[in-house]
Amino acid sequence: MTAAPKPAAALRTAWAFARRELRGGLKGFRIFLACLTLGVTAIAGVGSLSSAIVEGMRDNGRAILGGDVALRLTHRPASDEELAWLTGEASVSRSMEMRSMASAASDNNRGLVELKAVDGGYPHYGAITLESGEDLDAVLGWRDGRWGAVAEAQLLRRLGLEIGDGVKVGDLIYDLRGVIAQEPDRAAGGMVLGPRLMVSIDSMADTGLVQIGSLIRYHYRLKLPAGTDVTHWTDRLRDALPNAGWRIRDHTNGAPSLQQFVERMTLFLTLVGLSALLVGGVGVGNAVRGYLDGKTSTIATLKCLGAPGAFVFQVYLIQILMLALGGIVIGLALGAGIPMAAVAVFSDLLPVPATIGVYWQPLALATLYGILTALAFALWPLARAREVPAAGLFRQIVAPTQSWPRPGYVVATVAAVALLAGVAVLTAEEKKFAAWFVLGAAGCFALLRFAAAGIMAAARRAGRPRQASLRLAIANLHRPGAPTGSVVLSLGLGLTLLVAVASIEGNMAQQVNERLPEEAPAFFFVDIQNAQLPEFLEAANAVPGVSSVRHVPSLRGRITAIAGVPSNQIDAPPEARWVLRGDRGLTYAAEPPEDNEIVAGEWWPPDYAGPPLISFEAETAGELGIEIGDTITVNVLGRDITGTVANLRLVDWSTLGINFVLVFDPHTLAAAPHTHIATAEADGPAEEALFDTITTRFANVTAVRMKEALEIVNELLANIGAAVRATASVTLLAGVLVLGGAMAAGHSHRVYDAVVLKVLGATRRNVLTAYLAEYTLLGVVTAAIAAVAGTVAAWAVLTQVMNADWIFLPGTVALTVVLSVAVTVGLGLAGTWRALSQKAMPVLRTE
Amino acid sequence: MADNDIILLRGVHLTLESAAGAVNILRGVDLSIAPGEAVSVVGPSGSGKSTMLAVIAGLEQSTSGVVSVAGQDLTALDEDELALFRRSNVGIVFQSFHLVPTMTALENVAVPLELAGRDDAFEVAADELAAVGLDHRTTHYPSQLSGGEQQRVALARAVAAGPKILLADEPTGNLDGETGQAIVDLLFKQHDRRGTTLVLITHDTDLAARCDRIVTIGDGRVTSGGEPLAANRLAAGE
Repeated sequence: MTAAPKPAAALRTAWAFARRELRGGLKGFRIFLACLTLGVTAIAGVGSLSSAIVEGMRDNGRAILGGDVALRLTHRPASDEELAWLTGEASVSRSMEMRSMASAASDNNRGLVELKAVDGGYPHYGAITLESGEDLDAVLGWRDGRWGAVAEAQLLRRLGLEIGDGVKVGDLIYDLRGVIAQEPDRAAGGMVLGPRLMVSIDSMADTGLVQIGSLIRYHYRLKLPAGTDVTHWTDRLRDALPNAGWRIRDHTNGAPSLQQFVERMTLFLTLVGLSALLVGGVGVGNAVRGYLDGKTSTIATLKCLGAPGAFVFQVYLIQILMLALGGIVIGLALGAGIPMAAVAVFSDLLPVPATIGVYWQPLALATLYGILTALAFALWPLARAREVPAAGLFRQIVAPTQSWPRPGYVVATVAAVALLAGVAVLTAEEKKFAAWFVLGAAGCFALLRFAAAGIMAAARRAGRPRQASLRLAIANLHRPGAPTGSVVLSLGLGLTLLVAVASIEGNMAQQVNERLPEEAPAFFFVDIQNAQLPEFLEAANAVPGVSSVRHVPSLRGRITAIAGVPSNQIDAPPEARWVLRGDRGLTYAAEPPEDNEIVAGEWWPPDYAGPPLISFEAETAGELGIEIGDTITVNVLGRDITGTVANLRLVDWSTLGINFVLVFDPHTLAAAPHTHIATAEADGPAEEALFDTITTRFANVTAVRMKEALEIVNELLANIGAAVRATASVTLLAGVLVLGGAMAAGHSHRVYDAVVLKVLGATRRNVLTAYLAEYTLLGVVTAAIAAVAGTVAAWAVLTQVMNADWIFLPGTVALTVVLSVAVTVGLGLAGTWRALSQKAMPVLRTE
Repeated sequence: MADNDIILLRGVHLTLESAAGAVNILRGVDLSIAPGEAVSVVGPSGSGKSTMLAVIAGLEQSTSGVVSVAGQDLTALDEDELALFRRSNVGIVFQSFHLVPTMTALENVAVPLELAGRDDAFEVAADELAAVGLDHRTTHYPSQLSGGEQQRVALARAVAAGPKILLADEPTGNLDGETGQAIVDLLFKQHDRRGTTLVLITHDTDLAARCDRIVTIGDGRVTSGGEPLAANRLAAGE
């Protein structure tokens, strides 16, 4: 016996054989390539776009931030000592930001604005451009007895203003002198509730808005000497002024909330893209199985000539990997091009200018996903192909084996699936969410597989209906090689995802459009001074139709330490980071807030006068590991207050009522300068009347109209929804491709069936009825499973992940059923039509 | 029976499971073939001829009995060892040629040599193709060759690695008379030139008669001609 060639030599031979085999062309692999390309394009595209945006944020970090380092204080400006330290170190640009009401000086047209008062140094980096091209500093200055102001075009439209008109803010009338075309540091701001109005910081004292406790943010944007290490510098700042209580950001991460939003969207869309790849995987598996079925004779021949099974496996694995790489490379090329297309089409929607480029990380991840998917779905049929019995050549028939692959290949397949899941979870920032997604996808996959087997088993046992068409339809569902499994799995997965996404989106829209407006107050009023409160309440309650005017004291403060650990050293889970990131609203109360439930500890007595006590929101406390008795240090107005957690409260945030994470005992905060916020409910005409009354009488009070705020949220949701739906539809497209492939694979069988039936006297209508019954049956069953699975998934995401309420949306489910049946019947009949018009003799001659 | 029989089957049974139950295909085959013998196997369809050939080639594992081929006990070998055994010892010619459709004539012939890791695979393959008169068709694919040409490529492929045993399963069954005759001539030429042991399944009595011995199979057993003729033993040097 000659010795076997060395493994390297055997691999070379396998490579040569694989190349020769591929001369047969890509017939049967078009769906394989399309499925892989589609999934890889989606993942590479989402990742590349996200990288381009994040890189854009990094490249424009200084402009987004307005400096190398930006400091923000709430309620109070920097002290002389702090300012002296800063100006000694860097060039300082000061600004103030607040929400306020603005009105046309000529009439009572009022609206909420995001007011920003800047000094002559603004901006340190980037450029603010006015539509007129004028210089900002010159425009804002004192001229002809008035200060100047510039605004976004939206404000002019809303208040019916024109350049040269007067615009009143607080007690001061500004001269509107320009329209803002671009504001470099807009993306670093938080939620925007109104258009920007920009004025000179020197004018602010005259507005009457700068009062003790007013919700004003004081920004200090610093330009450091060239070559300064910002990290080192910010450490020095913390050491030098440890009690300032400011939020410190540097240009390397100027807009962390935005970055986190982009990263979350990326994770979500990547997982949706991964579902497309998984659905495509079914197509990959089908294509490989179909291809290898056609190769059984060749495989048997190779075995007869002395090729071991492992060699046969290598030859076909190499081919599949080569083809997979082809599909992946096309996908990568298309995916890498998506940022360019997105910038061209959606540049207005992108929060910052994206930096176009080729980003290897998302492309590498997409490649890994592509290869693992190809392996996960191809290893099984490949392993079975190696078991093709060579002796069959002597009997002129070679049938593929139906047995399970050898244990090693089963392990390899399981390993590929586990790696796929592992990569999805480990590369995700929010691992828990990714893990749930993977589990959900696996469960759905198993459910659909099980359902497909169930349908086939049921069809097998269905007996023989009298009507021939129905009999044929049922037989077609379970005959060997029937596309039932592929259809249920691929279309089912795509539809499940679509139902889930549509249900989540529909629920959110319902909450924002219908439920919230019912439950939420009509207005939030901010910055009501202590002295104004009685008058404010009297005025608000006097408006007919206004009810439930509620008010609470309001301050802002930053959590600087928990249980003695500084906030910047706490490794908080992603869902709780927002609590530590900036300043939070605080209040004090003698009694527990209405609708809050104390779940741990005890509320303090109404006349408590001891050391500071804190009531903390229970869920966030759990996420941050805060327990009763822990200390929390909060910086309020530049002073650190350390309190002990006395109790934990459950809060229902979804009502949009006034709620706080942190509530202090009254003794600790009542003496601190603060304002009040109030909410009020008002119906129809009362809403306008209340708005007019309050904004006319209290120039410093800002009225946030809930309807407008919800519209902004709605718009954001609509944009997110569009992105998610676009990606999810890729999954459905993959499903349709797989379905098309499965139908095409059975085409010759259908042609033969149709011809034989016609020869036996069946009319075309008989044959068509049979196929119609088969496809409708499949479509309806698949849709039913997808509707249930998708609804359960949406319920889980909404109630368990998002803590939102659940509303069943029958319309979405009905649409799914219709879509599913339309796709299966449409695609099925499209393929069958050709079978019906086939002439009998050519087919019979070749059989 | 002699110790140096190149093929020795004793009491070979083969039972295959099917949906309709177990099927006893071989029911105690006894067969000895001396090195260099040319043996034809005849018998009605379904009598077990091809299955016996598959057992000799190591493509089917017997359920019981002794299977010794080229000095090796095939019942003791696993799948990969059987593949190596075939590569070194057995060449097979099928009725339906079974060429790999995506490989040229030259590449098809080179397959067993490449599997054996031989560097001169293509030179040897070219010589073998020339020996069957196809040196002008080396770059043609099976679909571009006639049936006779395809069977000549298959024959060249079967002998390329210099096997001790050549198995042929109705090699002329898919060919017209004249072409079939040419193939048979080539087959015997190879047998004569190399001294290869030839086992040939056929329904053609004239072709069977050209062999040293005719083995008849019926109902899964050898019914006649199971032992080598004395002359063949003598020729084999016993």
